[in-house]
Amino acid sequence: MLIKTIFAGFGGQGVLSMGLNLAQAAMTEGKEVTYLPSYGAEVRGGTANCTVTISDEEIASPVASSPEFVVALNQPSLVRFQNQIQSGGIFFINSSITEARTTRGDIELIEVPASEMAEKMGNPKGVNTVMLGAFIKKSNLVSLDSLLKGLEDSFKKKPKLIDINKKALKMGFDLF
Amino acid sequence: MKKVYSRPKSLKKATFHYCPGCGHSIVHRLLCEVFDELKIQDRVIGIPPPGCSVFAYNYLDVDMAESAHGRGAAVATGIKRACPEALPFTYQGDGDIAAIGTAETIHAANRGEKITSIFINNAVYGMTGGQMAPTTLLEQTTTTSPYGRDAALEGYPIKLSEMLALVKGAAYIERVAVNSPANIKKAKKAIKKAFQTQIDDLGYSLVEILSPCPTNWKMSPIESWKWVDEVMSKEYPLGVIKDITGEKDAD
Amino acid sequence: MTKTLMYGNTAIGEAAIRAGCQCYFGYPITPQNELTEYMATHLSRRKGCAFVQAESEIAAINMVYGASLAGVRVMTSSSSPGISLKQEGISYLAACELPAVIVNMSRGGPGLGSISAAQSDYFQSTRGGGHGDYRTIVLAPSSVQELADLTHRAFDLADKYMIPVILLGDGMLGQMMEPIEFKHEAPRKLPIRERAVRGAKGRPSRIIKTFTSKPTEMEEINWSLFRRYQLIKKNETTFETYMVEDAELIIVAFGASARIAKGAIRNARAEGLKVGMLMPVTLWPFPYEKIKELGRDTKQFLVFEMNMGQMLEDVQLALEGKREISFYGRPGGVIPTPSEVLRVISRLYHQKGLKKAK
Repeated sequence: MLIKTIFAGFGGQGVLSMGLNLAQAAMTEGKEVTYLPSYGAEVRGGTANCTVTISDEEIASPVASSPEFVVALNQPSLVRFQNQIQSGGIFFINSSITEARTTRGDIELIEVPASEMAEKMGNPKGVNTVMLGAFIKKSNLVSLDSLLKGLEDSFKKKPKLIDINKKALKMGFDLF
Repeated sequence: MKKVYSRPKSLKKATFHYCPGCGHSIVHRLLCEVFDELKIQDRVIGIPPPGCSVFAYNYLDVDMAESAHGRGAAVATGIKRACPEALPFTYQGDGDIAAIGTAETIHAANRGEKITSIFINNAVYGMTGGQMAPTTLLEQTTTTSPYGRDAALEGYPIKLSEMLALVKGAAYIERVAVNSPANIKKAKKAIKKAFQTQIDDLGYSLVEILSPCPTNWKMSPIESWKWVDEVMSKEYPLGVIKDITGEKDAD
Repeated sequence: MTKTLMYGNTAIGEAAIRAGCQCYFGYPITPQNELTEYMATHLSRRKGCAFVQAESEIAAINMVYGASLAGVRVMTSSSSPGISLKQEGISYLAACELPAVIVNMSRGGPGLGSISAAQSDYFQSTRGGGHGDYRTIVLAPSSVQELADLTHRAFDLADKYMIPVILLGDGMLGQMMEPIEFKHEAPRKLPIRERAVRGAKGRPSRIIKTFTSKPTEMEEINWSLFRRYQLIKKNETTFETYMVEDAELIIVAFGASARIAKGAIRNARAEGLKVGMLMPVTLWPFPYEKIKELGRDTKQFLVFEMNMGQMLEDVQLALEGKREISFYGRPGGVIPTPSEVLRVISRLYHQKGLKKAK
């Protein structure tokens, strides 16, 4: 198995931490993993993305030219990455704030109203976590348990946020 | 019988290679007298530059390490940060400190590095054969300003010490000369104060020394001593330029 | 031991501290800033340690020179354009026989170039880089784990041979995260080298210098440096091989290219193409002998680099014109994919009429 995922969105939507949480969970499951964020001038101007590669064997390149999965949290990311996805891959979009739908017939489109869901549960910053929950349910890359454990670690310094994020993750997970 | 004059302990028994009338040998001796008087011979680390004084280690009996042209202040910073109990000082000419090493010097001073710079200003590049220095006076003839330094083409004599006085981390800056017994006495006092400033951890210290270079000025030693008084010190006035050490006198 | 997910750049910083690195001097430049920031966080307030953000790369390397004169373990890091500026100081370090670790997380060039990963500083790294007749040891990691391991080794080698050591990574290795484990704990007591200038306490004064007015004296210094370089060649040449035993085609690649090539080789093998790889870990000293030895059984070689063919010249030297060498390179900061390299392998295999495995 060698699966590449790109997470993309506005800076501040938490796309980098989404990738990081997934990478962390994959590592605890004993898988090979690389995480590569966009950097330099590319991240100025408000967009960010990162690539997570998960594999059973040594990973040759952390770069994804045709990822299996793309998670787009905003419109510019949807436009930028829709044609890069591998045929047969899955395109996860935050349907709350994206308009155009892909015209590609060779990929699966998963629409997650992540912004609305996060808003509704009173955690507007939890868009990325809701989306991550939906993502792992559909992609089956890591287990919900390892992600939940990872959340505990990453919010160690802000324990108040642990429960609300666990809730957001499960809400996304239970959507499908 | 009272001994009134002897070789400083920190000065090696070697004959100076400098030209007759050159200021370097006087400054070397003053440094060694100060090392002896402050009892710091075993803490001092000298950083000589490329130039006539590259061989300073043949005379100064202290730890010494060569620097690349202009980088003295950075090298001294590295030494001091790695070994705070040491007393590194740079020995730099006008081209070294005020042309190629301006950035290193200003930023070391601005960080308030506890280091000392001895700045030999003789208004020319000495060892390379008398080319124009950043401190060369207007109308002064050198091998690269053969028609005399013209401000419109070659700019003005730069006053590094005055510039450094604006830098907050600089604690003590004085300009002296070594062209008369009276001035030499003042020069020694300034050098001593500069090292005391470093010993007391007060910040960056620098002594600019107007130093005769009869060979490249094409003058006799006597003429060159006079030129320092009559011409050079008019552009570069002698005296304390900055002192925030709390009036603590080294004497 | 548990693994942690870490950026390449920060892994170097942590490994350096665990190797007893006491001083760091640097200047910001992408893509290595996380390393400078890590050292600022962990060294600037640590007892007996120092961190300075210098006014330029030139100042930074000269501060490194100063700290090395004072006998401590010291490091700087930068990326290609900044490394060009550091060459003055590296030449002085080499001449004065002073150890230091210089990290180059290289990027596309020439000029200001791109901030993506490239390997175009191979010549500069392996031929000395600055003025004068000297070499530096050059280590080429290909993963975050190797960045950490080779950082530690760089400090040891620098001290053992009194020589500056270059760790040649790139923007991709520096910016990516991988799970790693550290094999060393930070030392309780920081090491101070005996040959240093720290003030002549209880010993005669000491001079560390390179300038001499006598050419014969300078020649003697060069001879002595080169005797040591011979020793380094003999003792420290390091490489890894991957599936070379039955290989019809051997890829020679280092650093990021090597890991990309490895992925291509795994897929090539699945198709029955008998491909192997030699990865130099030390770019200087270069494993000429090993490549020559591999050339006895294998007739076809492919050099793969993220540049226009720099290590290629060393492979040509090693094989002495006796074997066919092909080259595939992507310069400027383009990161080739394993499938791209696989296509090159397939084409060569067909072109050269090589035999597939049964």
